[in-house]
Amino acid sequence: MKKDQESTPSSTSTGGGATTAMRVIVPLQGVVQGRGGLILGSVIPCALFYFFQLYLKRNRSKGGSGENSPPPPPARSPSGTHLQESSPLQRVQSRSLLSPRGGGSSGPAPLLASRADSIAKQADGPYYVGLKRVSEDPYDGSSNPDGVIQLGLAENRLSLDLVQEWLAENAKESILGQDMSISGIATYQPFDGLMELKVAIAGFMSQVMDKSVSFNPSQIVLTAGATPAIEILSFCLADPGNAFLVPSPYYPDLDRDVKWRTGVEIIPIPCRSADNFCLSTTALDRTFNQARKRGLKVRGIIISNPSNPVGNLFNRETLYSLLDFATEKNIHLISNEILAGSTHGSEDFVSLAEIIDSEDFDRTRVHIVYGLSKDLSLPGFRVGVIYTFNENVLAAAKKLARFSSISAPSQRLLISMLADTKFIHLFMKNNRERLERMYNAFVTGLKQLGIECMKSNGGFYCWMDMSGLIRSYNEKGELELWDKLLSVGKVNVTPGSSCHCIEPGWFRLCFTTLSENDIPVVMDRIRKVSEICKSRS
Amino acid sequence: MGVEFEQQPSVELSKVAVSDTHGEDSPYFAGWKAYDEDPYDESRNPSGVIQMGLAENQVSFDLLEEYLEKHSEAASFGNKISSFRENALFQDYHGLQSFRKAMASFMEQIRGGRAKFDPDRVVITAGATAANELVTFILANPGDALLVPTPYYPGFDRDLRWRTGVNIVPVHCDSSNNFQITIQALEAAYADAVSKNIKVRGVLITNPSNPLGATIQRSVLEDILDFVISKNIHLVSDEIYSGSAFFSGEFVSIAEVLEARNYQDSERVHIVYSLSKDLGLPGFRVGTIYSYNDKVVTTARRMSSFTLISSQTQQLLASMLSDKDFTEKYIRINRERLKNRYHMIIDGLRNRGIECLEGNAGLFCWMNLSPLLKERKKESELALWKSILYEVKLNISPGSSCHCSEPGWFRVCFANMTERTLEIALQRIHDFMEIKKENDVQQQ
Repeated sequence: MKKDQESTPSSTSTGGGATTAMRVIVPLQGVVQGRGGLILGSVIPCALFYFFQLYLKRNRSKGGSGENSPPPPPARSPSGTHLQESSPLQRVQSRSLLSPRGGGSSGPAPLLASRADSIAKQADGPYYVGLKRVSEDPYDGSSNPDGVIQLGLAENRLSLDLVQEWLAENAKESILGQDMSISGIATYQPFDGLMELKVAIAGFMSQVMDKSVSFNPSQIVLTAGATPAIEILSFCLADPGNAFLVPSPYYPDLDRDVKWRTGVEIIPIPCRSADNFCLSTTALDRTFNQARKRGLKVRGIIISNPSNPVGNLFNRETLYSLLDFATEKNIHLISNEILAGSTHGSEDFVSLAEIIDSEDFDRTRVHIVYGLSKDLSLPGFRVGVIYTFNENVLAAAKKLARFSSISAPSQRLLISMLADTKFIHLFMKNNRERLERMYNAFVTGLKQLGIECMKSNGGFYCWMDMSGLIRSYNEKGELELWDKLLSVGKVNVTPGSSCHCIEPGWFRLCFTTLSENDIPVVMDRIRKVSEICKSRS
Repeated sequence: MGVEFEQQPSVELSKVAVSDTHGEDSPYFAGWKAYDEDPYDESRNPSGVIQMGLAENQVSFDLLEEYLEKHSEAASFGNKISSFRENALFQDYHGLQSFRKAMASFMEQIRGGRAKFDPDRVVITAGATAANELVTFILANPGDALLVPTPYYPGFDRDLRWRTGVNIVPVHCDSSNNFQITIQALEAAYADAVSKNIKVRGVLITNPSNPLGATIQRSVLEDILDFVISKNIHLVSDEIYSGSAFFSGEFVSIAEVLEARNYQDSERVHIVYSLSKDLGLPGFRVGTIYSYNDKVVTTARRMSSFTLISSQTQQLLASMLSDKDFTEKYIRINRERLKNRYHMIIDGLRNRGIECLEGNAGLFCWMNLSPLLKERKKESELALWKSILYEVKLNISPGSSCHCSEPGWFRVCFANMTERTLEIALQRIHDFMEIKKENDVQQQ
């Protein structure tokens, strides 16, 4: 069952305009090319179609997606720690509702850019709503045992104690150095990261991937997290209105990272449970051709390896096929390998860099994204990596990194940490073990509840098949179950629809923010909801 | 016909990637390259190029180091498990509350308590560069424009335009009134945009101004605010040099103007701030957007995911900036030192017959070399700039790279070096002026 594509940016932005224009032109092309028998029979429906499109386009822009809601009373200090997240995008024309208030405004509020609004719709989806609910009522074994348990954040806390220990002993010196001099970290540093850190990270990446490939520090651009790394690549490889193909299901934030400010589209390549949600080259081909027919220019493919939310590893043949395909179509290939160090199970991780090494491919189309948030449990430090074989992309990305640079003291700290090879080795070993233990415990526990998980070899999550529990086999049924799990079961899991999964009933459960003691609690709560669902039918 | 080998077409990049809107081919940056190739060093390279094109504040490092030495636990994690957990895990785009509180309070202190700031309106970004770009993304669509008074910081061409696709329409200011912004200039710029069918979304001012090194007067701020209200557009006030005003009372923030008006029409105002200049910590990458518009705050927060500050840095600064004794002392001493530097260079230049715009803030002075120009033209200015770079070996910024409509003005930074180096720079200028005088005499 097809899920709705993310809506394109509003019609005032160039991206939306291009696609709308394309939708108008395509039927007319048939007439121009003289296809089909009766020209009149084609012209009239096309003309009608054209006018219908125009009518729709005009009415859509009247929906006021660029309008502000009435300005609130000024300088009010909201109670609570955060400003109220804005309510779902108001489609009602708000100008007429504005009235001058005392201390308010002397006229209607100034508009925001339409791209500012385009995120609002997505931001009210289940993924973000769930995260918010947890932050409002977070579970804590002792102080808040009835709180909402966070199973929606792919963050690794399993080995935090090891990192914390290291930091407690080494942090101060690492940042300020023996002479406590600040000029080394205070002054302007290269925006794309200190070379020392690039060297250290290149070494770390190699270690993480079991030394199967070595990385060249000069091909690295460091950014404040993988989020800007992906966005920068999107800005460099595609123009507004172009598209990337992405195997679905894919993690929810990718929509924001690739599309929001760039105006670039994502076209999902649907993967199915019958294939273990692995990418099939047939589906890839079909999706590419469909995009072409829609008049969308595909600039590249983005894969996540290990994948998120399923946790699959890409095998060598698939990576070769992807490279062949990218070469044939002359497009880019981006591999987000941010979870490369978080594998468990028997399969080996193979980096795209390794494939490139072994064959005579045109490397200039290959770009790898990495980061330290996942593998080293350090999301707060904001460390992302763009690793590219393309000189021009490297040059552009270096300049763009100025908008997302890593804080110098944090860089210094990481240089020290990564240089402590003994610690890194100990951490990676322990981390993998704990990951595997938690994964197995969850899969077993869920199985006992009658919930099967897709076999996975990496990542912080289980990809659960709860289709047996949903009332109607569609997105609505899935979201009802999600809501039940959140409101009644008080567990926040991520529904497959937020990940653009075409089969309803799949859910991502992240287990890395828990301790082993929490497992029975989680199982209990899921069981409760599962029983409610079963007793209904 | 022989066998033809299919030439594999190389894979294309985007327009953003190949555009030169990054501006790194302009003189502003060419000077930096010259410096990089031959950097001055007091002992190792005394004849090298002295960098006077980088607005960096190094005059108060000792104060920071003193603080860190006394409070070394701020740099580490205090051995508290819970604080670390909050620290490393923190990837929420809201930012640490303690940090936002500290920023709000620091901004209040800089303004002598004349304006209040709500920590919940503070959005964190990795530097003001990112803050300005982010605000532009939110306020304007591709093809729209921001009005920016000239002369302005050369980096704006990149920060406001490159990825955003937004245009800058200059608001021309000139020396006839000390480069102050006038309503006529604003109206003219607005009309210019309208005639080109470009939608103006807002005005972006820098206060204190870069490159002028002067604060904007209260009456001018009032005029600008009235102007944006009348056009129903936004106002972005980049106040990153607010702590570098030599006399606290001389800097008036737009926040003060709004407070005096009871915050009427405030939802169109947004302030950008950073610790790079006032605290001399550009390497830390700390910037903020402070908006009076709830929707902008919410959107900016979400967008800040692309440009967050490491939680470790946030925590370090949260401690430092909430230490009111430290900040009061720092702000006061820093102002004093910058003022002294400023007078040192102004007097030094005046003794060599060079006048500067009367300034009262910032890390630079706005120097008038127009009497030395062969012709009142950009080309002459650039020729003069080149000879100063390659003969006098000083990298200063030509006014044309700041889009100044009057040729002959140069921005000269004075806070990124020791006093000794500044003396040497002044000596070189002295020698240069002497030679010039001789040449002029010879030509007569």
